[in-house]
Amino acid sequence: MTAVMTGPALAEAIQGAFPTAVAEVYGDAVVLDAAALVDVCQFLKDAPDLAFDYMASLTAVDYLDYFEVVYHLLSLGHNRSAVLKLRCYGRKAPHAPSVTSVWKAADFQEREVFDLFGIGFDGHPDLRRIMLFEGFPGHPLRKDFLEFDHRKIAAMASEAE
Amino acid sequence: MINPWIIATFGSALPGWLLATITGAIGTVAVLVFTLVSALAAIWIERKLISRMQVRYGPNRVGPKGLLQPFADALKVIGKEAITPFGVDKVVYSAAPFIIFLAPLLTFGLVPFAPGAAVLNTDISLLLVVALGALGVVPIFMAGWASNNKYSLMGAMRSIAQTVSYEIPLVLSLVGLVVVTGSLKLEDLVVYQIQHGWFIFLQPLAAVIFFIAGSAELNRTPTDIMEGESELAAGYHIEYSGFKFSLFYATEYSHVFAVSALISVLFLGGWGTGPLLDLVPAVVWMVLKTYLLFCVFVWTRATLPRLRMDQLMAFAWKFLLPLSLINIMVVALEELLGLPGIVVAVVNMVLAVVLIVQWTRLLGSNGQSPERRVYIQRPATAQ
Amino acid sequence: MVTSNPYMVNMGPQHPSTHGVLRLRLVLDGEQVLRVEPVLGYLHSSKEKLQEEHTYLQTVPITDRMDYLAAMTNNLGVSLAIEKLAGIQSPPRAECLRVIMSELQRLASHCFAQGVFLQDLGAWGSPLMYFLREREQILDMFEMVCGARLTYNYIRPGGVSQDIPPQFTPAVNSFLDTFPAKLDEYEELLWKNEILRARTVGVGVVSRELAVSAAFSGPMLRASGVQWDLRKQDPYCGYQNYEFDIPVGQTGDCFDRFMVRFYEMRESLKIVRQALDVLPPGEWKAAVPIVIRPPAGEAFQMIESPRGMLGYYLVSDGGANPWRFHVRAPSFINLGALNEMLVGTTMADVVAIVGSIDIVMGEVDR
Repeated sequence: MTAVMTGPALAEAIQGAFPTAVAEVYGDAVVLDAAALVDVCQFLKDAPDLAFDYMASLTAVDYLDYFEVVYHLLSLGHNRSAVLKLRCYGRKAPHAPSVTSVWKAADFQEREVFDLFGIGFDGHPDLRRIMLFEGFPGHPLRKDFLEFDHRKIAAMASEAE
Repeated sequence: MINPWIIATFGSALPGWLLATITGAIGTVAVLVFTLVSALAAIWIERKLISRMQVRYGPNRVGPKGLLQPFADALKVIGKEAITPFGVDKVVYSAAPFIIFLAPLLTFGLVPFAPGAAVLNTDISLLLVVALGALGVVPIFMAGWASNNKYSLMGAMRSIAQTVSYEIPLVLSLVGLVVVTGSLKLEDLVVYQIQHGWFIFLQPLAAVIFFIAGSAELNRTPTDIMEGESELAAGYHIEYSGFKFSLFYATEYSHVFAVSALISVLFLGGWGTGPLLDLVPAVVWMVLKTYLLFCVFVWTRATLPRLRMDQLMAFAWKFLLPLSLINIMVVALEELLGLPGIVVAVVNMVLAVVLIVQWTRLLGSNGQSPERRVYIQRPATAQ
Repeated sequence: MVTSNPYMVNMGPQHPSTHGVLRLRLVLDGEQVLRVEPVLGYLHSSKEKLQEEHTYLQTVPITDRMDYLAAMTNNLGVSLAIEKLAGIQSPPRAECLRVIMSELQRLASHCFAQGVFLQDLGAWGSPLMYFLREREQILDMFEMVCGARLTYNYIRPGGVSQDIPPQFTPAVNSFLDTFPAKLDEYEELLWKNEILRARTVGVGVVSRELAVSAAFSGPMLRASGVQWDLRKQDPYCGYQNYEFDIPVGQTGDCFDRFMVRFYEMRESLKIVRQALDVLPPGEWKAAVPIVIRPPAGEAFQMIESPRGMLGYYLVSDGGANPWRFHVRAPSFINLGALNEMLVGTTMADVVAIVGSIDIVMGEVDR
C-alpha cells in the first residue's frame, strides 16, 4: 500500500531543512511559503529518505479568497505519497513559482493551470494557454467565470482584440 | 493475329498502310479497353480481397456482391469539382496525369497476350518496357512541381527517389533472362519458357527481385510512402481533383495490372501452360495469370506494414542491387558452361534461398533472428 | 554549397494517423525533426467546470466521455474518489464485479491500441480488424451488463448500478477460452515481423529518468524499466487478493511498449478468471443517497487505467456539487515530454512514437 506521508510528518521533514518554509499544516497537506517552494521541492526530490521523484499531479482550486495550487507527490522507491499546497492571494494576477526545473511533468500541467485559472508561474519556460485559444477572455475555472454561452464568449474574445 | 482476320474479311486488296492503320486502331482500342476494364476490376478485386483477409465483407451494397462499386467510385471521382489551385503551371499541371496514364497503356500494348498478338510486336519490346518504367518518373515530378505546393513537391521528390532507386534492380534482374534467351523480344521469352520451363523456376532470384522492385515501383505496400497517410508530406497528386485525379487513380491500378502482366510473361511463361494449352485459348491463360499475380500484390498489401523512407532506400541499394548483380554473374556463368535446364533450376533455387537468407543476416535487424525479450521477472512482487 | 532551411509542417488536427484531434507543429530539417510543439485543446469541452454544476452521481457519466476507450476505469476512479470523500464502503460483490469490468476494459482498450498502432505503421487495417473482432466480444459483454458499448455509467459510488445478468458469466467464460489462443496467434504474427521491428526497435527510447521526471505512467513507464503498477503498489478494490505479474520492459522503445501491452493483456485474463471464480454473492450496491453530500474535505484517488495512472482530485464544500473536480489524465501527462522524445527522429518515426504512447484526446483535453 502506498503510505501517505501525513501532514505533520512531512512538515517535520521539511522544517528540518527549511525552518521557515511551512506556512500551515492542513489535514494531510503541508501549505508552503511561495518563496521557498522550489527549494523545498528540490529537497524533497533529492533527499534519499524522502525521494519524491514523481509528481503525480499539479492542479489548482479556487477558494474565493485565495487560489490554492496543489501538488501531489509520489516516491516510487519508498512507495509513499505526499501533498503540498501553495496559496496565492489576489485575484487580479496571482502568481506562483514554477517547479519545471524540478519535475518535467510540471510543464504542461502548469500551463493548464495558467490557462484555466490565470495563475502565472514564474520561471516557466513557455507559459502559454494550452487548451483554449489565444485571446480567450478570462479564465474559465475561476468561480467568477459564469459565461456558458460559447457565442457570447466568442463575441467577448473578438471584442477584446 | 488480327492481320489474317482483316485480310480474310476485307480481301487482300487493301494497301499496306491501310491494313497497318486498321490493325493499329483495333489494337489500340483493345488495349485501351483492357486497361480501363482492368482498372475497374482491380478496384473491386482489391477491396474485396483485402476485406476478406481482414475478416470483413467489403463492398457489398452497390450491385450484387458489390460488383458495381468501381463504377460508383469512378462516377464519384469524375463528378467532383476540379479545382485548379492558384499559381500552377497550367500546361505541366494538366499534362501530367495524361502522361502518367501512358505508362501502363503502352506496357499493355507491348505485352503479348497470345502468340503474335502483341499490339506493338517489335524486336526490342523488353527494352521498350524498361524505358516505359522510366517514363513513369517524369510525370510524377511534373505533378509535384506544377502543383505550386511545397509539400507536394517534397512528396514528389521522395516518390522519384524511390522509383529511381528501385528501377535499377528491376532492370538488372531482367538481364539474366536476356542472357539466357538471347533476345529482347517478349514473345521469344515466352517461347523459350514454353520449351525450357518457366523462369520462376529457372531464375527464382530474378523473379523475387523483380516482384519486390516492381511493387516498389508501383508504390504498393510495404513501400507505399506516397499512398499512405504520406506521413506529413503530401503525395504528388494532392492538388488534383475531379477527372485528372481519376486518371492518377486509374493509372495506379492499371499499372499494377501491367506489371502483373509483365511478370506473367517474363517469369510465369506467358500463355504457356504445358499440356493444358489446348483446353482454352492462350489469351485466357495469360489473363488468368495476370489476375493471379494481381491478387498476390493485394495479398502483400494486406499483410505487411510500411517501411520508413531510409529503410526503403537501404533495401533497394544494399539488398536488391547486389543480389541482382550476383544473379547476372551466376546466370552468365551457367550459360557459358552450358548446363542442362534441370541443373540450372536446382542450382539457382538453392542459390536464391541461400543468398536471401545470408544477405539478410548480413544486413538487417542487427543480423540475428530476433530473440524474445524478457518482460516478466519472477518473483514479480512490489519493487 | 547546398544549404537546407528548416520548415514547419503541421501534422494537423485532422490526420489519418493521429489519435483524435492532436495537432503537432513540427519544425523539420529535411527528414529530421528539430522541434515539436503539440497544440492541444481541439476537444476541450470544459468538463471540469461542468462537473461543478452536477451532483456527485451525475458526475459519473461525464467521466465516461473523457477516456472514451476505457470508460469503465474512468467510472471506477471517480466512484472510488467519491467513496473516499464521503466515507462510503462498497460491498464485496461490487468490488469483485468492478475488478472484472476493469480488466475486461483493459483488454478491450489494449486491443484497440495495438490495432491502431499497427494501422499507423501502415499495415492496412489487417491487425486492426482482427483486434477489433475480439474487442467486439467484450463490448457485447458490456452491453449485456449495462446496455451500452462505449460509455457505460456502470460503476457508481457505492458499487455497481445493476447486477450481472445470467448470460454474462457463460459469455465471459467462452471468451476466456478462445481469446488466449487468438492473442498468442496475433503476437506470433506480429512480434517477429521484420518491418515492424525495423520501425519500432530502438525508436522513441524513453530513459528511466525522463519517464519518472515527466511523470509517465502505465505501459509508457513500465516499458522504460520502472516497476510501478498501482494495482500492486497501492491496491484498490481487492487487487491484492489476485495473483498476477507486472510486465516491465528494459529499453523503453516503441517495441517494448507494444509488447508490454500484449503481456498486460495476458495478465488481465488471469485476473478475470480469478475474479469470476471468487465472485461472492450478495448486494452489488451500498445504500447511497441519490444526492450525496460528502463532508467538506478533499480526496485524491488514482487507479491504473489502460493508459496509465488516472487520478481524480475532488474537493467538497459539504454541498451536493463538487467544489473542484480535477482529472489527472494519463494521456495528457504522457504527452508532456513529446519534445524530448521526438527531437532527432525522422518524420516516419513521429507517427510510430505518437502511436505507441496510446493517447485518447478526450482525456488529454477534457
